[in-house]
Amino acid sequence: MAVTSTQSSRTSGGGLWIPVESWPSIRFILIQNRAGKTRLAKWYMQFDDDEKQKLIEEVHAVVTVRDAKHTNFVEFRNFKIIYRRYAGLYFCICVDVTDNNLAYLEGIHNFVEVLNEYFHNVCELDLVFNFYKVYTVVDEMFLAGEIRETSQTKVLKQLLMLQSLE
Amino acid sequence: MPAVSKGDGMRGLAVFISDIRNCKSKEAEIKRINKELANIRSKFKGDKALDGYSKKKYVCKLLFIFLLGHDIDFGHMEAVNLLSSNKYTEKQIGYLFISVLVNSNSDLIRLINNGIKNDLASRNPTHMNLSLHCIANVGSREMAEAFAADIPRILVAGDTMDSVKQSAALCLLRLNRTSPDLVPMGEWTARVVHLLNDQHLGVVTSATSLITTLAQKSPDDFKTSVSLAIARLSRIVTSASIDLQDYTYYFVAAPWLSVKLLRLLQCYPPPEDGALRGRLTECLETILNKAQEPPKSKKVQHSNAKNAVLFEAIALIIHHDSEPTLLVRACNQLGQFLQHRETNLRYLALESMCTLASSEFSHEAVKTHIETVINALKTERDVSVRQRAVDLLYAMCDRSNAKQIVAEMLSYLETADYSIREEIVLKVAVLAEKYAVDYTWYVDTILNLIRVAGDQVSEEVWYRVIQIVINRDDVQGYAAKTVFEALQAPACHENLVKVGGYILGEFGNLIAGDSRSSPLVQFKLLHSKFHLCSVPTRALLLSAYIKFINLFPEVKATIQEVLRSDSQLRNADVELQQRAVEYLRLSTIASTDILATVLEEMPPFPERESSILAKLKRRKGPGNQPGAEEARQERERERERERSLNGSAEHREGGAAASAKSSPSVDVLSVAALPTNRPRPVSSVSLMQTPFLASCAAPSSLSAGPMTSLYPSADLLGPTGSPPSTGGSLLVDVFSDSLQAGPAPLDLAPPNTAVSEDNFSRFICKNNGVLFENQLLQIGLKSEYRQNLGRIYVFFGNKTSNQFLDFSSTVNCPDLLKTKLNVHTKPADPTIDAGAQLQQILNIECLEDFTPAPVLDIQFRYGGTLQNFGVKLPVMLNKFFQPTEMEAQDFFQRWKQLGAPQQEVQKIFKAKHPMDTEVTKAKIMGFGTALLDGVDPNPTNFVGAGVIHTKNTQVGCLLRLEPNTQAQMYRLTLRTSRDTVSQRLSDLLSEQF
Repeated sequence: MAVTSTQSSRTSGGGLWIPVESWPSIRFILIQNRAGKTRLAKWYMQFDDDEKQKLIEEVHAVVTVRDAKHTNFVEFRNFKIIYRRYAGLYFCICVDVTDNNLAYLEGIHNFVEVLNEYFHNVCELDLVFNFYKVYTVVDEMFLAGEIRETSQTKVLKQLLMLQSLE
Repeated sequence: MPAVSKGDGMRGLAVFISDIRNCKSKEAEIKRINKELANIRSKFKGDKALDGYSKKKYVCKLLFIFLLGHDIDFGHMEAVNLLSSNKYTEKQIGYLFISVLVNSNSDLIRLINNGIKNDLASRNPTHMNLSLHCIANVGSREMAEAFAADIPRILVAGDTMDSVKQSAALCLLRLNRTSPDLVPMGEWTARVVHLLNDQHLGVVTSATSLITTLAQKSPDDFKTSVSLAIARLSRIVTSASIDLQDYTYYFVAAPWLSVKLLRLLQCYPPPEDGALRGRLTECLETILNKAQEPPKSKKVQHSNAKNAVLFEAIALIIHHDSEPTLLVRACNQLGQFLQHRETNLRYLALESMCTLASSEFSHEAVKTHIETVINALKTERDVSVRQRAVDLLYAMCDRSNAKQIVAEMLSYLETADYSIREEIVLKVAVLAEKYAVDYTWYVDTILNLIRVAGDQVSEEVWYRVIQIVINRDDVQGYAAKTVFEALQAPACHENLVKVGGYILGEFGNLIAGDSRSSPLVQFKLLHSKFHLCSVPTRALLLSAYIKFINLFPEVKATIQEVLRSDSQLRNADVELQQRAVEYLRLSTIASTDILATVLEEMPPFPERESSILAKLKRRKGPGNQPGAEEARQERERERERERSLNGSAEHREGGAAASAKSSPSVDVLSVAALPTNRPRPVSSVSLMQTPFLASCAAPSSLSAGPMTSLYPSADLLGPTGSPPSTGGSLLVDVFSDSLQAGPAPLDLAPPNTAVSEDNFSRFICKNNGVLFENQLLQIGLKSEYRQNLGRIYVFFGNKTSNQFLDFSSTVNCPDLLKTKLNVHTKPADPTIDAGAQLQQILNIECLEDFTPAPVLDIQFRYGGTLQNFGVKLPVMLNKFFQPTEMEAQDFFQRWKQLGAPQQEVQKIFKAKHPMDTEVTKAKIMGFGTALLDGVDPNPTNFVGAGVIHTKNTQVGCLLRLEPNTQAQMYRLTLRTSRDTVSQRLSDLLSEQF
């Protein structure tokens, strides 16, 4: 029998000992049109390319069947999608089930208002031709799956400053 | 404000995008793209050095092509070159390309890191932000290794620009999530917490996310954030709407920051300091008051932002669960929302009320809304809202309203969407059982369930009704009568035939006195369904027939004739044939005494938590909300547990307790053992149950002919018919919580002790983590294993502000385990001070391969009450793995050597988590085997090898996991030299994906 030494000792409180896994609040942000074409895909978690494609298709399938009487929230796998439709575009944010629905719903609107200001009456084509700028806008407002900046004034000031750089 | 013109800056890019958009077909698009790729390739390869602008333009085109869904296999180098440009627009495109297309291409990562390093050190805020965003977006381990030390410095340095601080905070958060071991906390903790005081609300917004995540991991280190967060929140909620200017959104002051602060506070219990607590209560009251004020704007943005804060405040109130006034106010507010014209608000109110229902302070207040909720179930258009209504009805259910709620759920079930039917079935089954004062009602409800939604009634449900009927003799006659009547229906669901067959086989005699249900009538009724049923049900019916022969000698001849018919004796199905042959022989040879012994009535089942509840808890997938649901259930159970521990049971059931039968034992779901009211000891297991339950429990194993192999027919026909020794565990198996777990230990825990195993499976592929947590105590584990030896450091953290007295923690091994595993502990210190941690070391030796797990029995006194519970220790067979590296040739040779059918266990199952290659690899290595690269010809498959070390022997093990991303399925194959090991390992590992 392998009896090795046994002991019991006391450690003082504090200094938790265990790394707890944690995920970003936002798993991804998608902008899609009604036909399912992706206009922006921003991922905050590791997915492989096939998985991303699948997620894109699934989100499109669950979101487009809903009408105005439905909520702006859909349970989705182990997450939930908060989405809002603007003309032909669906803005979708996938977050943890415990996250605050209305905060992200207005997070979308805040983002759309910034795009609208930045592109002067934004339309789908702006997002197509300036896709690389849209990423900059996203990074100003959302980073590492969290909300980074919420002030439209501050974001637009920063974007215009960047715009002026060569 | 100048707007951005379309495609400004890069004309060539705009032209290319236009061309693509004008393509009439997919082929045309591909052609155009190939042309462009050829063009770019030649430019990159050309002799002429490209200027920065062209490089940027081409890299950007490549990125666009990639985003259209085409593979890009060049251009990485050019993108990396752009990082060293000193022009913002060129740098930006370089970073973007890397962020989107990064792969751990090792030669480039050094160059990329070099570029990032230069920008981080540049003191140019724009460049610093670009590099920080890149790290935050990619978050790879290499980047963590290179920059984990720099970023905290940037974050807390006095001269860092605000916008850089924001990025640095979130960048650090990302690295902490992906590589926590590389991001040491420590000297900068206090300064990070202090960011909550920053003048720039954007910095506070970012920092709050960082602090929340860190506080979840190490609450003690970030305790000081509570007072700062409350102070900040207080300033926001009391500010006039214009005070915060840039951060006011539709007349709501800093809604997102408020939400984040309220979430941070949910990492902690209510503050102990009275003044602080008062200030927080004031904040929460102010938020609740604002909900009653007339809106400052009619815009939905205004009300959404306001309500976002309100719902988060309510979440905090529920989390604290200590202020009855606030809880009731929250409930009233949500009650108003239940009738709001906005669907979003109705949905969120239902969801939020669900958690309120589990607080003893607000449970009654929630119940007053029952009519509204039932109405929602009937009228809401959005199925997800109806689903929330079902959840809430389930949560608010207690003895006083159970009949009404169950009836409403049943009637809703008739028209409910298929996506949520199974869950409703489980909920109805749980409620009917939990609140059954009158078991006839329970039986009626379950039979109704089978009638309305037979296809969704899972095995757990119908097993459970049988278990309860067997255990309660006051309901047996009624059950027999009811199933008999239900079976009269011309078309009844097969599940009803199963329940009917079982119950009549056991208790048909209780109604046989009535000529309308004489033995012959009963038999004919059952047999009229026989030919429409599947094999497992037919097998069950045959067992019912042989039981009839014992109960009613008068139908013996009729039944023997049926058994003797060719369609039985020569049935193509081996199981049915065997039963017919054996039962016929048994009825012919055995004397009445022997028949009576062999076919005795089933003994009562040992009580345990309902397997239905376990299933409901396990349920994940579309149409369900696992996280919150589980949290709710966990919360509820914890309360139940505490309540029963504190002896104040039935607290909220109120008046109903007066009813004659509502002794504590009525709640058959509770962990307390139901007193068995019949003298027969469990050991007199009747032989009957062997084939009977074997067929119920594992129809899939029938083809292997388990009866002959496990229970030789000589035994069955032998004069004394001593029960097979495994019979007992089989019986348990059928109703055990985890159907896969093999023989479940019966007497693990002393009576009245709950055994928690919630986190058990999380430890299969890792060795450290939180094993258990309730409001009082947190138990963490660190374990290490070498060959057949292991050592576990158990940390008991007292979360309260009082001392724990008479603390003891001992390890219990179930009998089955005692010869297979040695666990040594020394008694722990008998006290744990408030907020302190106690460490205990367990030494473990594995003697032989094993299945059950030891249980840590914990007992202590807190505030005068004795707390006593068990926690299943995550000591599993795979912990004793040593990884084995081998070449493909060796692997296949061994694979072939282990080719005997019983050495291989294969399982096909659905993915429960996103199918991420890296995660899967980590899990397989965490499981203990070596991960063998280049062995499987198909690179998407995973192959592993290892040796299990026990004191007596070593067992080699090979495994192969084949993911099918299309179908979201896995196939897991395990081959070891020992069948029990293959099975156990397969059961353990297959739960992990």
